[in-house]
Amino acid sequence: MSIQANAKHQDPKVVFYNDPKIRSLFFQCFLLIAFLALFYFAYDNTVANLKKRNIAQGFAFWNVEAGFDISQTLIPYSAASSYGRAFWVGLLNTLLVSGLSIFFATIIGVVIGVLRLSKNWVVSRLAALYIEVFRNVPLLLVLYFWYGAVLSNLPEPRDSIAIPGDIWLNSRGLLVPRPVMLDQFWVVSLSVLLAVLAGIAVHRHARRKQAETGERLPAGWISTLLIVGVPLAVYFAVGQPLGLDLPVKGRFNINGGLNLAPELVAMVVGLSTYTAAFIAEAVRAGVVAVSKGQTEAAHSLGLTDGQTLRLVVMPQALRVIVPPLNSEFLSLTKNSSLGVSIGYPDLVNVFTGTVLNQTGQAVEMVSVTMLVYLTFSLLTSAFMNWFNTRVALVER
Amino acid sequence: MTDATSLSFVRSAVIPEQRPPHRVSGPLVWMRENLFSSLLNTVLTIVFLGVVGWVLPGFIRFVLLTPVWVASSSKDCSADLLQHPVGACWGFIDAHFGYLFYGQYPAGERWRVNLFYALEALGIVWILLPKAPFKSAGLAFFFLLFPVIGFVLLSGMPIIGLSTVQTHYWGGFLVTIVISTVGIVASLPIGVVLALGRRSAMPIARLVSVIMIEFVRGVPLITVLFMANVMFPLFVPDGWRPDSLLRVLVGVGFFSAAYMAEAVRGGLQAIPRGQYEAAQALGLGYWQMMIKIILPQALKIVIPNIVNNFIGLFKDTTLVAIVGIFDFLRTIQASLSDPNWRSGQMPLAAYLFAAFVYFIFCYGMARYSLSMERRLQTGNRH
Amino acid sequence: MKKLIAAAVVAAASFGLVTGASAGTLDNVKAKGQLVCGANPGTAGFGVPDEKGNWTGLDVDYCRAIAAAIFNDPTKVKFVPLSSKDRFTALASGEVDVLIRNSTWTMSRETTLGVIWAGINFYDGQGFLVNKKLGVKSATDLDGATICVQQGTTTELNLADYFRATGKKYQVVTFGTSEEAVKAYDTGRCDAYTTDRSGLAADRLSMSKPDDHIILPEIISKEPLGPLVRQGDDQWLNLVKWVHYGLLVAEEDGITKANVDEKAKSDDPELKRVLGTDGKFGESLGLSNAWLVQIVKAVGNYGEIFERNVGPNTPLQLARASNALWNKGGLQYAPPIR
Repeated sequence: MSIQANAKHQDPKVVFYNDPKIRSLFFQCFLLIAFLALFYFAYDNTVANLKKRNIAQGFAFWNVEAGFDISQTLIPYSAASSYGRAFWVGLLNTLLVSGLSIFFATIIGVVIGVLRLSKNWVVSRLAALYIEVFRNVPLLLVLYFWYGAVLSNLPEPRDSIAIPGDIWLNSRGLLVPRPVMLDQFWVVSLSVLLAVLAGIAVHRHARRKQAETGERLPAGWISTLLIVGVPLAVYFAVGQPLGLDLPVKGRFNINGGLNLAPELVAMVVGLSTYTAAFIAEAVRAGVVAVSKGQTEAAHSLGLTDGQTLRLVVMPQALRVIVPPLNSEFLSLTKNSSLGVSIGYPDLVNVFTGTVLNQTGQAVEMVSVTMLVYLTFSLLTSAFMNWFNTRVALVER
Repeated sequence: MTDATSLSFVRSAVIPEQRPPHRVSGPLVWMRENLFSSLLNTVLTIVFLGVVGWVLPGFIRFVLLTPVWVASSSKDCSADLLQHPVGACWGFIDAHFGYLFYGQYPAGERWRVNLFYALEALGIVWILLPKAPFKSAGLAFFFLLFPVIGFVLLSGMPIIGLSTVQTHYWGGFLVTIVISTVGIVASLPIGVVLALGRRSAMPIARLVSVIMIEFVRGVPLITVLFMANVMFPLFVPDGWRPDSLLRVLVGVGFFSAAYMAEAVRGGLQAIPRGQYEAAQALGLGYWQMMIKIILPQALKIVIPNIVNNFIGLFKDTTLVAIVGIFDFLRTIQASLSDPNWRSGQMPLAAYLFAAFVYFIFCYGMARYSLSMERRLQTGNRH
Repeated sequence: MKKLIAAAVVAAASFGLVTGASAGTLDNVKAKGQLVCGANPGTAGFGVPDEKGNWTGLDVDYCRAIAAAIFNDPTKVKFVPLSSKDRFTALASGEVDVLIRNSTWTMSRETTLGVIWAGINFYDGQGFLVNKKLGVKSATDLDGATICVQQGTTTELNLADYFRATGKKYQVVTFGTSEEAVKAYDTGRCDAYTTDRSGLAADRLSMSKPDDHIILPEIISKEPLGPLVRQGDDQWLNLVKWVHYGLLVAEEDGITKANVDEKAKSDDPELKRVLGTDGKFGESLGLSNAWLVQIVKAVGNYGEIFERNVGPNTPLQLARASNALWNKGGLQYAPPIR
């Protein structure tokens, strides 16, 4: 303290341009001005260029009729809809393909990660091979592979491969029966909701009982029975209010049913097989990070293998696994923008592709698209912060 | 003193010979312990070996035993026309080899590309091999001299007798290498500056760095490329006409710099405070401290991360295809669209070849990164 | 970013990657010593490079004609391959000086994209290509079909309009480049492929079995294709426009590659004006007065360009039809050089 005070005392002797504070202030002002100047430079040029080339500006196009069709739409959309609507269609398609891929990638990734840890040499080597192959080739190549080398070699619609259960597979995609909800279906939905609530209540009760008496209830089994059994019973009780729209062979295509286009299938398969390799590595690292002593201690306390995994190893491993897992999910979502390369109508394809071309407004399209992805990544980091505070080690 | 021998137990008779212990090593034991230790393991082993036994022979037959090595169109690889089953059509790669590795680079000038590849390999081996001599000369070569030589070599300079080859003749693997090299050469210095900015005490410098890093890391590369491709020309005065490859290079450099900054920041954070304090106590200024004390240590410990970033960058160069640059994968796609070569089984062979090329490079770098990581771990052990 | 851009720009400028110019496009082109022409990388007969980078096609010859007019050397052209997605941005951003790439002239493109057409070098219309084995004889049979189309084209919009107007159902699959769309159609992803009929004729040839495919008789749209330039440079617009008209006038006056030197000696007042022995028509465009002689010597007249690239004796086998001269029943009509 006293040395610092002394130093402060001698400050006036330093020439002002050698004073760190002034230097820092000067440098920062310079940086700020340079930064703003750069922005102004870009902005000024852009405005001048757009004006000179008579390119429209602003978001007036948002409500203009789009005039083009999109191959996959989750919300009603036609060529008569607006560009704004096309944006939402693209965004939903991005979310759909990301959601499906995250689901499958997690399953494949966890399985491969666990297999990689197996003591079985053959199994762990093959899992390692999978991981190394997919980690060391570009995602785009994986997508091209599934789309160009696998799916496009399926037979044409008239020679579709029939899979029992009214499922058809051809080069136009995978056709499955589409469930159609009939009038009484809301009763079934309601029963699912109630069963879930009941399941939660059972869990709470079991936990309280264990805390009070030490007695364990088979809460897992009871709630599973509730959640599966009750809706099923209700479903049959109200007369099976679920119809099926079956795919039927038409002149060109198989009509009806739910058509999963090859672009969607290739995206989901490609993204999930690729990301699974990274998830597998994250899972492996997480499990390895839990020290063996934890397992041994749990065993010596008399916990079964399942309980050890569920109550001791997993909570600790998850703390290590979730952050990288989360960033894999985020990069998967960002990678879904590669849909444009195989014709999947995701946000980038629809918005920075077709809409940009029809309107010519590059600045608006690219900015909006970037903003969407930035929002995704902010939401992800917000979740991460919440998760980190929740699972942070409470040190005593 | 008491007699020690009378208190302690000493065996007085030789014990009889025993049978040798049960074998604890050897292939059978290994197999029992590793492959068939439990019912589940046995089932897994059999299932997985079954899959291997089912896939592998077909794969080897396809790749090595029955392929067509030389072809002039897809007809030469057609099983229907040849009337016997055929494997991979390597003739496709053979026929397009020049296009895949040099693009439309004039045939008479391709030695320049080869020389470029050789110099690049020299530079990389020089700076990455831990035992290579004159490390700083190697760094100077790769980061200062090589970009200039490489550019002159590829793009040409009529004064010294190298004819000009415009960038739209470049293509294939050459473009992949150019983009990833520029990415790494540009991103490392910028990444270091951004990382220092992010850890700076100056709030504005920190803010600017954080905004840049997080912005770029928050969006997909493809949108950055779109930005470079369609927005960058609008940002500059009307007369400037940036070349399409140059725009993509700016985008890629910008993008990888943000990721590099995060890798470098990790290294900076790992340096103990004592190092900073010791440097300050010696009277070194900020830049002296950073250049002489902190960065050499920080960069060294993040070499694995930098190499991993580079692997990512190398794989991401494939995305430039979407903004119309003909990189390696794009030239394969273009060759597949060639009507003479359009057939159902062609893509499989072409993609296998592409995967092989990318895998060799990425896996090699990954192994290097792993070995460096092990090396550094022992080096840092106290 | 600042340092990066500055460094990149400085480095690039010193190597000539960035060409700075505030003057008009013509001066800029003259200074560079070459014309940068946005071209189609994949439509046989209009613009297509071989593996060695030699370009051929009707649009490509137009680029050469402009180069011949400016430099008296048709080889001083740099062709930049552009997908339909990138083309207008490339022109608007100054990457290319002129875009001649089967681009359809529409009102909204001129009013919002900052580009302007210099003329129509090919009157086209949109059609459908289908596989014979489907037994489709007319576009009205396409109800329920899956159709491949290229992104960022008027084709995409016309397709939607056509099916909306006829009240039929269809499934669209959109691809970023025409080669991907064509490949997808060829491998059976779609029942039909749609684009301009000239493009269909070229694409049919690129099928693995061309004879299995037919072009349906319906024409569902007007597709006037032509060269276009940036707005705001009237001198350059005039030049490109008159190169096009010059090619038509040459055909009308019977000036061909073979007889151009002979015709230049003629005393015919029309030929004297056209071929620059009388008046200063070339100079008023910023060219030499023998501009049209240079063009015709290099590439021939419009008719010759047409016959050589897309005419009946080429694999495309397109008839002149609407592209015949006005006095032969077509629509090609040039204002007089006077």
